[in-house]
Amino acid sequence: MLGRTLREVSAALKQGQITPIELCQKCLSLIKKTKFLNAYITVTEEVALKQAEESEKRYKNGQSLGDLDGIPIAVKDNFSTSGIETTCASNMLKGYVPPYNATVVQKLLDQGALLMGKTNLDEFAMGALGSDTGGSTRNPAAHCGLVGVKPSYGLVSRHGLIPLVNSMDVPGILTRYVDDAAIVLGILAGHDPKDSTTVQDPVKPFMLPSLTDVSKLCIGIPKEYLVPELSSEVRSLWSNAADLFESEGAKVIDVSLPHTSYSIVCYHVLCTSEVASNMARFDGLEYGHRCEIDVSTEAMYAATRREGFNDVVRGRILSGNFFLLKENYENYFIKAQKVRRLIANDFMNVFNSGVDVLLTPTTLSEAVPYLEFIQEDNRTRSAQDDIFTQAVNMAGLPAVSIPVALSNQGLPIGLQFIGRAFCDQQLLTIAKWFEKQVQFPVTQLQELVDDCSSVLENEKLASISLKQ
Amino acid sequence: MAAPVLRWGCSGTCSALAWVYGVSRHRRGAPTGSTSNWIRGQSSLAQQPLHTARKPRKGEHEWAAVVGLEIHAQISSNSKLFSGSQVCFAAPPNSLVSFFDASLPGTLPVLNRRCVEAAVMTGLALNCHINKKSLFDRKHYFYADLPAGYQITQQRLPIAVNGSLTYGICVGKTRRQVTARTVRVKQIQLEQDSGKSLHDDLRSQTLVDLNRAGIGLLELVLEPDLSCGEEAATAVRELQLILQALGTSQANMAEGQLRVDANVSVHHPGEPLGVRTEVKNLNSIRFLAKAIDYEIQRQIKELEDGGEILNETRSFDYKLGCTVPMRDKEGKQDYRFMPEPNLPPLLLYDATSLPAGADSQQVINIDQIRERLPELPSVTRERLVQQYGMLPEHSFTLLNEVGLLEFFQNVIKETRAEPKKVTSWVLNTFLGYLKQQNLAVRESPVTASALAELLDLLDSKAISSSAAKQVFEELWKNEGKTPAQIVSEKKLELMQDQEALEQLCHSVMQGHPQVVMDVKKGNPRAINKLIGLVRKATLSRADPAVIKATLEKQLSCHGSCPPA
Repeated sequence: MLGRTLREVSAALKQGQITPIELCQKCLSLIKKTKFLNAYITVTEEVALKQAEESEKRYKNGQSLGDLDGIPIAVKDNFSTSGIETTCASNMLKGYVPPYNATVVQKLLDQGALLMGKTNLDEFAMGALGSDTGGSTRNPAAHCGLVGVKPSYGLVSRHGLIPLVNSMDVPGILTRYVDDAAIVLGILAGHDPKDSTTVQDPVKPFMLPSLTDVSKLCIGIPKEYLVPELSSEVRSLWSNAADLFESEGAKVIDVSLPHTSYSIVCYHVLCTSEVASNMARFDGLEYGHRCEIDVSTEAMYAATRREGFNDVVRGRILSGNFFLLKENYENYFIKAQKVRRLIANDFMNVFNSGVDVLLTPTTLSEAVPYLEFIQEDNRTRSAQDDIFTQAVNMAGLPAVSIPVALSNQGLPIGLQFIGRAFCDQQLLTIAKWFEKQVQFPVTQLQELVDDCSSVLENEKLASISLKQ
Repeated sequence: MAAPVLRWGCSGTCSALAWVYGVSRHRRGAPTGSTSNWIRGQSSLAQQPLHTARKPRKGEHEWAAVVGLEIHAQISSNSKLFSGSQVCFAAPPNSLVSFFDASLPGTLPVLNRRCVEAAVMTGLALNCHINKKSLFDRKHYFYADLPAGYQITQQRLPIAVNGSLTYGICVGKTRRQVTARTVRVKQIQLEQDSGKSLHDDLRSQTLVDLNRAGIGLLELVLEPDLSCGEEAATAVRELQLILQALGTSQANMAEGQLRVDANVSVHHPGEPLGVRTEVKNLNSIRFLAKAIDYEIQRQIKELEDGGEILNETRSFDYKLGCTVPMRDKEGKQDYRFMPEPNLPPLLLYDATSLPAGADSQQVINIDQIRERLPELPSVTRERLVQQYGMLPEHSFTLLNEVGLLEFFQNVIKETRAEPKKVTSWVLNTFLGYLKQQNLAVRESPVTASALAELLDLLDSKAISSSAAKQVFEELWKNEGKTPAQIVSEKKLELMQDQEALEQLCHSVMQGHPQVVMDVKKGNPRAINKLIGLVRKATLSRADPAVIKATLEKQLSCHGSCPPA
């Protein structure tokens, strides 16, 4: 049941093949069995079971709230959840219990979804899972064999999403199938009076037609994405995908996004500047961590922030403040904004020339082993991780990562489609056609759980080698 | 990006009490925004200083003072600039704080339509150019009553620019002549107010009240066109009247709804501008004038004694009547301005640019606001002069006292007396009593209706002017009596019975033959004595003119035609 599509599970619930409580308990037990993965910061077992009971009542009374009623969901721990600790995996917000729900959380709960818990992230989501600032939904999706959708900026409310970079953050959606993501996006999309940057125009419900003919489509292959660091496996999968479209009659053309190579450094300037600004509120006064020092307000601020933030966050705050200094503002922030405009224009020019979607890799390679991963510092790592994804955030475009195949190592690899702004539905329609063609093997959670023992052994080995 | 979303209603609030230990320091000032006009070496002032700060001694250079103002006016609106929290003076601490005001992470600003309209309206009233597109910025500094660590303001592109404020200043030997002066308005920007820090030095702790945090402010930057405390005070008073007439701010300085910082420098005319200081904490118009004049004199003395002026922030100590440097531990601040990413550009429209089929709830039409502008104080004064033939300085007095104009107009509405009479009674008698007892118009024991009734009695010659004064004094005691009641109780009505008056005149003349003789001998002052005696006999109830006529009539036929 846990491997099926959202629609299938929803149908099973409606037909009484499984009850919300049973489904919830299955999920909770899987979460417990995979606890070693550290996927959750908070498991909201009681909340989930209570919600499941209510959902079950609704089904019994024939008053189901819709496709999401009784469907288990997890929310990244940087979305505010009323009455449930929301930490951003930061000491700074340890123990912080928001008094309100993020708009997207509220929308899911209003549909009867069951909140299983708050998932892990690196501190303040500086390069990890669920929301997407520079690729943090698409990259994990690619590595985990999932569909990861980054909607157009402004399509989905950010209210209650604890910000990293306001002008690039979007709530991301991770599901098993494109159709499932479309259902969720349909529920989340639309104007929110609490977020002034959301679209004003009404959003129609997302229904993805099943494409049979791609001959009228034009697929762009940006040449700047063919970088030397790209693994040969990803490169050939990318090439195969282009061939697939071509063989089915689509027009596949090489395009150029000339400012791509400047994107990551500009992303760094803009990201750290906004981070420096957004983190200014964490001063230990109104909420969150506060140090013991009380000789002066300044000393308290300094110690609180030193204790509350890790090195990566502090490093970004320092560089961001440096870029915003009066003497540096023109040379860094303004320049980066100008380049950001050029990057957005690159995409616009390509789309205006008749390209419907762009096809690119999502990541340079499959997921790298932990020991290799920790060898690089955070900045280099995020520059590598976000190489193909962050330009999309700079331009506010929608993009989706679709799992394509397993690598020789047996690890998932994904490819990315990038669409025109607010053409999320067209993007997902094409992605759905592609998903159907590639027939990616569904990850079997049961196998994963069975493999736990061996993974655990590996984990031990890893920690031993770390100590050496 | 989406178009700006304007908020109408209020949403829920939460309360939060935050406190910190061990600080008592002053906030550094907002940057002036008028830097370009202060660059040293720039000698051409748009308007030459009108006052010299002091009369030059022989062989000494003349000094000129240059004063610019930065004014923060709290916008009069039901809810805050970016949140639905209520705005209310003197509410219990931290009772008006929304999640956004407390800067809970994940909360976002939503612009209040009313505040935008207030800014546009104020801009129009001050002859500003209204920017159809303006932007919001974050200004960063750490302070206990600034929960987000930044203030949202309009640094790059404010909502209104390039305006002017005309005010009237008293000149001439008697200072009764009013002459118009103008100060340029550099810009008007929308920004958030901060919370309040209450320092308890005894316990070495600071209490923070966030009720004020996030209230909408209009920051008005005036160009340095002023040259003394009086000009500054008069300009601010005029601005206050304009804001109150518009209803865009209550502009009560005592309640902190209008806060003024003054930039002051002195130089020799024709030479580059001097180094300026910023004087803060000016919470009344009187102190504003005093502080500026003190600061001008201090700078002149400092320079004449061979000292130099530091570019510093000073505060006015109203007890000592002088300015003192503010303690400033942080040194130079860099506010690290950054565009506010959560607010799209603020777009305004006029009749020509309004998109077809635009939702009037979602767009702001400058032309519509222009049509809704109420009568401004300068126009009101002109109207008073035209309509009631009063002197310009009287029109100034009527507007300057809170509620006095309304009182005056109510009296005019209800009385048959001449407007000039009403003006004189309101400005001399009524205002005199108020001033003497230090009362506001709304605290007056005499209502407009009562005064109108009194003036009617006077106008119909039912009482004399001196009796009217007596009635007014009785009315002031506020014993709930009407003027007519007082007149009748105190027997103050003029004698209407001519026969009785003639009788009285006759007996007075008979009782004072010597005086009558004097009159007949041609002593011109003697008749006044008789008039006085008759008035006394009538208990001051007869009109002296009528007495005089009656006496003269009787004197002319004295002896030949004795009264019947």
